[in-house]
Amino acid sequence: MPLTSIKVQEKSGFKNRLQKAIGIQILLLSMTLCGLIVISACMGYIQLSFVDVAKIIVAKIFGQTSMLEGMDKIFSVVVIEVRLPRILTAAVVGGGLAVSGAVFQGILLNPLADPYTLGVSAGAALGASLAFFFNIVLFDQIGLGACSIPVFAFIGAVGTLFFVIYLSSSRGGFSSNNLILSGIIVAAILSAGISFLKHVADEQVSIIIFWLMGSFASRTWVDVFMTSSFLCLGFLIIIFYARDLNLMSLGSRTASSMGVDTGKLTLILLVTASLITAICVSVSGIIGFVGLLVPHMVRFLTGPDNRKLIPVSMLAGSILLLCADTVTRAILPSEIPIGVLTALIGGPFFCYIFRKRQAAVTDN
Amino acid sequence: MNMTFEIEKLLFFYEDRRVIDDLTIDIETGKFYGIIGPNGCGKTTLIDLITKHKNPVSGNITYKGKDLSLYSKKELSMEIALVPQNFYINFPFTVEEIVMMGRYPYIPRFSVPSPEDYRIVYDIMKQTGIYKFKDRFITELSSGERQRIAFARALAQDTPILILDEATSNLDVNYSLNLLNIAAQRVSKEKKTVIAVLQDINLAAIYCDYLLFIKQGSIAAHGNTDEILNQNTLQSVFNVDTKVYFEPYSDSMQVVFKK
Repeated sequence: MPLTSIKVQEKSGFKNRLQKAIGIQILLLSMTLCGLIVISACMGYIQLSFVDVAKIIVAKIFGQTSMLEGMDKIFSVVVIEVRLPRILTAAVVGGGLAVSGAVFQGILLNPLADPYTLGVSAGAALGASLAFFFNIVLFDQIGLGACSIPVFAFIGAVGTLFFVIYLSSSRGGFSSNNLILSGIIVAAILSAGISFLKHVADEQVSIIIFWLMGSFASRTWVDVFMTSSFLCLGFLIIIFYARDLNLMSLGSRTASSMGVDTGKLTLILLVTASLITAICVSVSGIIGFVGLLVPHMVRFLTGPDNRKLIPVSMLAGSILLLCADTVTRAILPSEIPIGVLTALIGGPFFCYIFRKRQAAVTDN
Repeated sequence: MNMTFEIEKLLFFYEDRRVIDDLTIDIETGKFYGIIGPNGCGKTTLIDLITKHKNPVSGNITYKGKDLSLYSKKELSMEIALVPQNFYINFPFTVEEIVMMGRYPYIPRFSVPSPEDYRIVYDIMKQTGIYKFKDRFITELSSGERQRIAFARALAQDTPILILDEATSNLDVNYSLNLLNIAAQRVSKEKKTVIAVLQDINLAAIYCDYLLFIKQGSIAAHGNTDEILNQNTLQSVFNVDTKVYFEPYSDSMQVVFKK
């Protein structure tokens, strides 16, 4: 046996053992995430100690206010009302973007697909921009005025998704190539629409631009509950169909012969992943590369089996975006939009991985 | 006679082109069927229709005496296994994982494979000669190797019907014979039914009990291989001149072509 093929097998064997340790991976990542949530809650304008923050969180969860005696009241307010909502929103959005990226990649059979490929994010962005432009405030009477931007973003995302599916569907269902192509066309039109709004808006132009670049500043518990409930629901649906998604990677004819209703599965998973994307974009603006990059990196760790890939991607996405948000919030001298940060770090990193893969292909 | 498929007056359109045009045929249980026909004659569409991947515009397909449309996808996945024409996977699953997917119809959604599933998968990988690269990634393999894995996956599904859609098109002659031998064994020993779309008429002549010649979406000729495989059939279906004779070495009819 030639030496190279022995090497390949050894490498594969090692990778296999790594991929089988799925329980440990999930446990370690969950612990890391919890630790990071506490650590990042320590960081900021007022520096707090790890123990104090842990005390505040435990006291809040178990209602033990006696634990907080002797501590400045403002600390508790800073952690509970200011930092935690933002931190948790960042973590949930990171997880959501990563999960929907993994699903889009699985359904479109393209490791380079992500929520943006279908134009869903552009739809959400246009919806939100319209709301800013016309200064529309809904639900103000019932005290939910803050929800009007998410609602518009959401309508834009879902509307775009159905239009893209409608464009690309034929009697035989929809092919992944057609979906990507329609997504790109629609996204181009919507981006032009956003540019037009920016051109004609005078006072609101800075709000629109800042929102489009993505930010977690001034998130509230409402955002946390809204995003996390959608993510939980979506995650349950996706994990239920994760095994069928594996079969989809064998091609739709094979998947169909193995008992998968390919048209129905594609529709359910695309709608679910788009809803998760929409809710994420609506609270945070456009944050690129998380949906693309995280499942891509996690695949090295877990292998392509979606039953492992999707939970691990969710945790890894949470950790990544939480770290990125903490860097811009607490470490950098002035806050830069998180979408800019993820694109600046994620983009080149992605180019590196992609180039390495291409080089490996030509070697064979 | 025990029938697996009874297909009656089947009709299917792409846009306004009749791909399957008034096709009627019965498929008997426990036989090796070969489907032969020129490119674009509707062979693959016929397979999509009998696996319920596509639904006919009109006509009836009966499977084991019951209308095919009354079976759920899940039920059919334990009845019919398909080896598709082009088998390309974009994600780095290992060979073992792919073959194990053949067992999915028998494994509940959130369960791990049983020792019995592993035994079946390992046996099949050894039979098909892919055991030695069970830990390799499917993305690293050649198209011929991938095709053997697709075949092993379909065998792992352990169904009474095995459909091969040009499953030997990327294989060298050694592996083509190996694959068809395994399929033929399942027919003779386990009374399974094999329906194989084949381009190589001589391989079809060696293995198939019956041949179906398809031309322009309907059956041009069908019958016992030894009777139906002759100069006139090939002339009318493919429009080529041939000599067909009995070859004792392969114990079958064989065809030679003229330049």
